[in-house]
Amino acid sequence: MKIGIVRFPGSNCEVDCLEAWRVIGQDPVMIWHQETSVKGLDLIVLPGGFSYGDYLRTGAIARFSPIMNDVIRFAKDGGLVWGICNGFQILTECGLLPGALLRNAGLHFVCSPQYLRVESNGTVFTNEYKQGQIIQIPVNHGEGNYTIDDEGLKSLQENNQIVFRYATSNGQVHRNGNPNGSRENIAGIVNKEGNILGMMPHPERVVEDIIGGVDGRGMFLSVLKHFERRGQRGA
Amino acid sequence: MEPKVWREMGLNDEEYEKIKRLMAREPNFLEVGIFSVMWSEHCSYKTSKPILKKFPIEGPQVLQGPGEGAGIVDIGDDLAVVFKMESHNHPSAIEPYQGAATGVGGILRDVFSMGARPVAVLDALRFGPLEEGNNKLLLSGVVGGIGGYGNSIGIPTVGGDVYFHSSYSGNPLVNAMAVGILEHKHIAKAVATGVGNPVMVVGAKTGRDGIHGATFASVELTEESESKRSAVQVGDPFMEKLLMEACLELIQADIIVGIQDMGAAGLTCSSSEMADHGDSGIEMDLSLVPRRETGMTPYEIMLSESQERMLVVPKAGKEREVEEVFIRWGLEATVVGRVTDDGRLRLIEDGKIVADMPVKALTDEAPVYHRPTREPSYYQELKQVNLENVELKESAENVLLALLTNPTIANKEWVYRQYDHQVGTNTVVVPGGDAAVLRVRGTRKGIAMTTDCNSRFVYLDPYIGGALAVIEAAQNIVCVGAKPLAITDCLNFGNPEKPEIFWQFEQACAGISEACRILETPVTGGNVSLYNETPGRAIFPTPMIGMVGLLEDIGQVLGNQIGTEGEQIYIVGELEGEISGSEYLAVFENLEAGLLPELNLQAIKERLKFILKLNKPGLLQAAHDVTEGGLAVALAEMTAACGADISINSSSELKTLFGERLGRIIISVPKKHADAVESLAKADGIPLCYLGESKGINLRIKVNGRECLNIPLGKYRPLYEQTIRNIMDSENEE
Amino acid sequence: MLKANVTVTLKKSILDPQGSAVERALKSMKYPVESVRIGKFMEVVLSENDRSKAEEIMHEICRKLLSNPVIEDYSFELEG
Repeated sequence: MKIGIVRFPGSNCEVDCLEAWRVIGQDPVMIWHQETSVKGLDLIVLPGGFSYGDYLRTGAIARFSPIMNDVIRFAKDGGLVWGICNGFQILTECGLLPGALLRNAGLHFVCSPQYLRVESNGTVFTNEYKQGQIIQIPVNHGEGNYTIDDEGLKSLQENNQIVFRYATSNGQVHRNGNPNGSRENIAGIVNKEGNILGMMPHPERVVEDIIGGVDGRGMFLSVLKHFERRGQRGA
Repeated sequence: MEPKVWREMGLNDEEYEKIKRLMAREPNFLEVGIFSVMWSEHCSYKTSKPILKKFPIEGPQVLQGPGEGAGIVDIGDDLAVVFKMESHNHPSAIEPYQGAATGVGGILRDVFSMGARPVAVLDALRFGPLEEGNNKLLLSGVVGGIGGYGNSIGIPTVGGDVYFHSSYSGNPLVNAMAVGILEHKHIAKAVATGVGNPVMVVGAKTGRDGIHGATFASVELTEESESKRSAVQVGDPFMEKLLMEACLELIQADIIVGIQDMGAAGLTCSSSEMADHGDSGIEMDLSLVPRRETGMTPYEIMLSESQERMLVVPKAGKEREVEEVFIRWGLEATVVGRVTDDGRLRLIEDGKIVADMPVKALTDEAPVYHRPTREPSYYQELKQVNLENVELKESAENVLLALLTNPTIANKEWVYRQYDHQVGTNTVVVPGGDAAVLRVRGTRKGIAMTTDCNSRFVYLDPYIGGALAVIEAAQNIVCVGAKPLAITDCLNFGNPEKPEIFWQFEQACAGISEACRILETPVTGGNVSLYNETPGRAIFPTPMIGMVGLLEDIGQVLGNQIGTEGEQIYIVGELEGEISGSEYLAVFENLEAGLLPELNLQAIKERLKFILKLNKPGLLQAAHDVTEGGLAVALAEMTAACGADISINSSSELKTLFGERLGRIIISVPKKHADAVESLAKADGIPLCYLGESKGINLRIKVNGRECLNIPLGKYRPLYEQTIRNIMDSENEE
Repeated sequence: MLKANVTVTLKKSILDPQGSAVERALKSMKYPVESVRIGKFMEVVLSENDRSKAEEIMHEICRKLLSNPVIEDYSFELEG
């Protein structure tokens, strides 16, 4: 499979994503924000960071960068797009995912290991996990407080679009396990079609034991297997 | 010129006379301004130089010692570690968020201007007690600023330390250390050579911010300082990220001769130092410098401390390529002058020469002061305070809980949770370990780093205290399994014109030198911050030590947490500590006094080697040094997953549980390796004392067969972990 | 040249933790404060002199970039 990682001038997790894919045995390409095409790619990763400084709102300016026009087209055509942290913020700013990310309720930036409950293992990104599995993936953000109106929330629930929820160590989805005040403890969602995923936690930080765990590997493997299966069907 | 002019700029009358002699004429206003910053303590080290010269700076591992932007130490495989620590105390006292943020920005530029990609930041912070004055706001602002800058630029903040003491009320210390990794062939220097080579200003535009910051850093803080806010710069981490990427690209493309950060004293300091290092001259046309504001005078342009700028000397004919790199990153690069061979700094505006001065007059000719020293009267007095009758005031259990909830000792999670400590995915030991450890990609190696200084020890005995700061750093490096390599320092002291303060400075530096010599960790650079005083009171002398170490094999990284039941726990070194200068004495007797134990550097060195020798074949589960709060606190810190059952014999419960003495390390050994550890200690003549084993969910300590402490993990861990958060997050409810 | 003074605030339905923190602080200082909302203020200087055109442009700028309609409201006044 061919993976592209979009590099905005203020991205800072793009190399981490690249290295994580390498651990899984893939070799993604970097796409500079001033490029205009994502042709030939199977998956686009929007990495964490502060795309254009994020002084106005996180992700607000990235949406208007040259490459994003084609990423939006690619996504609407059903291409796989995976936004992590700032990438999630950009996806909501573009309207590719519903809702928005506000400043953390505690007002502080939070960098910490975080338990998540896998709410849906039916997506391309999560089928290596068990439904309801508790995994530990760190969060690292100042604005991860997911918000959405009642109607939008209902729609997310009805279409099984909530992928991860923040949880306590014993797997309870409870206020105590919520690092940023996000609505319904939502940590990650997909669009209705399931080809666009946005999440605040950083799975690329947990793919090797030496740096703190391997709970994030499942996501990379899920996507990889999806393409392998598709390849076999095609052949 | 009126004497008032130069005096207000911080020059004294003799200095002005010397300038006149060097210039062989009356200098104009701009020239006096330039001399005043170049001859400030911050740029010239005029007071500290005679002392700093005595530091050991050589070693086979040292590739670059003091004098450049940062020190460089070899780690093999054609790789090197670049590191330096610098203070931003005064700006942080006045505007904590921006002061701390720009402190991080400045030290990062020092590292990437050497050609290294920064991989980590550490911050050593000192504040007054949280319940006093605006200290809570200062801590909150400083931590926010460090996070705000480091998190955005994408360099992990992996460690540091935080102490609280009343001497820092109103004069907090914010010392930032940056660490980078470099391929030998990419070492860049701050030098201007090659007559006719262009001189370029790159990065952000120049505004009026921070004018006279360097001078400002060299005077005492008074109430007026509050109104000097114009001296504080504002940081733009996004701009810095772009500047960093562009500069690293330039250096790796091998199209430049030299590069230097515009830090303190901005264009003045960078141009004169680069010309000085190259034994050349520089001529600049100030009308070409890109500005953010209109109507700026040459004086303002030369002294501006606008952040995120660099001065670059490209190879001749490469200016177009430099420009192209910067344009790609959305930045400006502008030719403002050229290198000359006449050894002069010549400034032009609108075709007229507005300043013309010999470079060496600004640098080499800066005055050097051999300040008088005098042993302060407190020194002997405090040494002689009789502590023989000090006894345990409360039950050992209550004492332990009080110490664990003392903010200096309590867990600092509230602080480091606000720092991205994992970006780059190289952080192997995150904050909370004895030292931070990062893997070095593409190798099996790891680098360890720490910052340390117990200023109470330095106050009580500057010589011993200075040495102990180095020892504590080395202990922390060894406790993660790394070999200490070298240090950087940040010497924070009061007003050096007071002989008692200068005595502290001289003594502490001598102690640091001695410890560095014995431990073979040379000084590769650093920074001096003097005049840390609020009206009537100097800070405790605080020579902060930043140390780096090397793990040949990252697989040998060692933690500080006891793992499972049945591990054998020992202390390497003396079982008993001393009450003098201890946290116990400060908290329970409200006394900071006593005679510190004699230094035995050689013995401590042997112990540190011993720890590494045990760790290499994997005989250890954990190691942790015994520092503030003594043995009981160290044990409480090591027990989160499993409790411990400790039984010791000693003549003094107080000295054993809460006494302090450096050179002591607790180790936890898997049962199967216990015999091996004991016989190695015997063979090497290392003092080793068995304490007990890991067991259950309580920390239980018996002294002479009597149980004096038995507390469940579930009780003391939450107290230890939540103290600072509880204090800080209560601010909105007040 | 016309100048637009733009105010962007979180929608009333969105919790504003910064505003709430300031509100609590002011109340604890015993000021007669009902509520506090925190927003952003921006000055945009336009090179357009026609007021009605400027107004149109500002609405577009505000919708597209300066605010996120999912969570924020905006208003502006033209000056000059």
